[in-house]
Amino acid sequence: MADLISLKEIKRHYDVGGEVVRALDGIDLTINHNEYISIMGPSGSGKSTLMNMIGCLDTPTEGVYEFEGELVHEMDDNQLASIRNRKIGFVFQTFNLLPKATALRNVEVPLIYANITKSDRIEKAKKALISVGLEERMHHKPNELSGGQRQRVAIARALVNDPSIILADEPTGNLDSKSGVEIMKILDKLHNAGNTIILVTHEEYIADHADRTINLFDGKIKEDIRSAKRKVGA
Amino acid sequence: MAKQSHLKNTIKESFRMAIESIRQNKLRSILTLLGISIGVFSVIGVMTAIRTLESSVNSQLDIFGSNTFMIQKSPAIRIHGGGNDKIRKRKNIRYAHYEELKQRAKLPLRVSVVDGTGERNIQYKDKRLKKTAELSGVDEWGLRSFKTYLADGRNFMEDDIRFYRSVTILGPDLADILFPFEDPLGKEIQIKGLDYTVIGVTERKGQAFGQSQDYFVMIPISVYIQRFSNRWTSLAINIEAESTEMYEKTMDEVIGLMRVIRKVPPEDENDFAIISNEELMETFAGFTGGIKLFAGAVSVIALLVAGIGIMNIMLVSVTERIKEIGIRKAIGATKRDILTQFLMEAIFLSQFGGIVGVILGIAGGNLMALLLNVPAVVPMDWAFYGMAVCSFIGIGFGIYPAWRAANLDPIESLRFE
Repeated sequence: MADLISLKEIKRHYDVGGEVVRALDGIDLTINHNEYISIMGPSGSGKSTLMNMIGCLDTPTEGVYEFEGELVHEMDDNQLASIRNRKIGFVFQTFNLLPKATALRNVEVPLIYANITKSDRIEKAKKALISVGLEERMHHKPNELSGGQRQRVAIARALVNDPSIILADEPTGNLDSKSGVEIMKILDKLHNAGNTIILVTHEEYIADHADRTINLFDGKIKEDIRSAKRKVGA
Repeated sequence: MAKQSHLKNTIKESFRMAIESIRQNKLRSILTLLGISIGVFSVIGVMTAIRTLESSVNSQLDIFGSNTFMIQKSPAIRIHGGGNDKIRKRKNIRYAHYEELKQRAKLPLRVSVVDGTGERNIQYKDKRLKKTAELSGVDEWGLRSFKTYLADGRNFMEDDIRFYRSVTILGPDLADILFPFEDPLGKEIQIKGLDYTVIGVTERKGQAFGQSQDYFVMIPISVYIQRFSNRWTSLAINIEAESTEMYEKTMDEVIGLMRVIRKVPPEDENDFAIISNEELMETFAGFTGGIKLFAGAVSVIALLVAGIGIMNIMLVSVTERIKEIGIRKAIGATKRDILTQFLMEAIFLSQFGGIVGVILGIAGGNLMALLLNVPAVVPMDWAFYGMAVCSFIGIGFGIYPAWRAANLDPIESLRFE
């Protein structure tokens, strides 16, 4: 199967007060379909920048980024928005739901930007919410939901457009351990169902869910470990 | 999966999001809306009032009947100050002038003379007037000069004037007051203590500007001059042309004759005023034009302030929702999606405010019409302009905040707390 994501010599430099910060300093990385990857590293190692890069929120200063054959590094803002909408599902540490919209409406929003008709939107959004076990809470607003439930809404929102990858940035970072376990179960299940998942975390036990762990240090890949065993449903 | 046209979808969704966001910030939205409403209200209200006034004044100013004009010492409406001394020093128009004009003018269909004063001392037995009535001295054309008709009795005859007969025609209001239970015809009433025989009663005309047009009494001009004139009395001469085609020519002849009769040197301007329906309407139009301009200027300022209000609110709204914008961008909103969303919100606010303003404005203008007892007018064109201006304000003052929102960096916005 062709590569899903291919990063070649990716550099991302920031100019902070005349000083160049090399957040990413030559990353070579290939990600295949149905991989379960965790990205680790200390703060300042470039985790977030890499995550934004893969998530097409940011573009490289230098290098080649191919996403299913599309050249992301050459894209303009609208093309980036479109690829984010069609191919990437984000799950954030702080959930990032629209506070005044119901769970259903939150899940519906990506479909609005994909120009899908209202009836189809509702149907797909409901399906996604059911798949994360929230059929009872569809019409509740985020402040009426627990942290774990909010994160499940976020996962449903990430799933609703049938993305090529799901990018989860510290998905359990704001949750109690029980909710964290639930969320990881859902992600594992999604992986088993054929989804490609990229986790950004600094927790060893979270990273252990993945098949492949990439360790970053100073904007470079220090280690890229593939573990033989898979912890199915751990 | 059914897809829909992008533009339609964007507009529909932005519209929905705009309503959601307005509902979620009710107080703020209402205050913003109020600014626009007041601006539009002031335009529409003033315009409705002026329209109503205009239409009613124009119908009221049509006092002379067609092809008719009037000559008198001073102009009917003097809006601009100055020149009053000059007018006061003009010679009065006397009965002799009228007689000479009548004799020498060939073109007019009729030349008649009127003058009026206020008189309260009018009674029949124990019935007296409480308010001063309009007392007019007229010739046999008096009814026609005042565009009214007899309801009962007879008109003045030439002999009534020639022989100084003490006869009178009453307006219906006066007839009602003096003769509540009697037929007024043939009865003797007293005006300033002197007896007059009632020979006729006119038709009822109703009200104009909240004033009755039926509260008057007419007597022969000869009697009037004898008993009611003084050294300031200046008569008005009412002239009717044969036809519209002859109107200008008739006016030229009369003006020429009046100059000869009053011995105006060729180099001087007329020492009398010519008053016609057109002139009255023009004068009034000049007057309302000024008000319109002023109201327009005030309204533009009001709308400008309202627009700044909208811009301010929208900027606050953008700042408040940086995180939301970041989320929306992360999940696929393009710059245009965000721009449209915020622009729609601004337009919606201004349009809704505009509609409220138009409704209040028309209601206010009509209330004034009701108070003045004149038919109401809805200035559809101004309502339309008002709404157009609102859209313009919505776009004009909403575009910058929307543009700022659209150009926010998604990573930065997501990090924003």
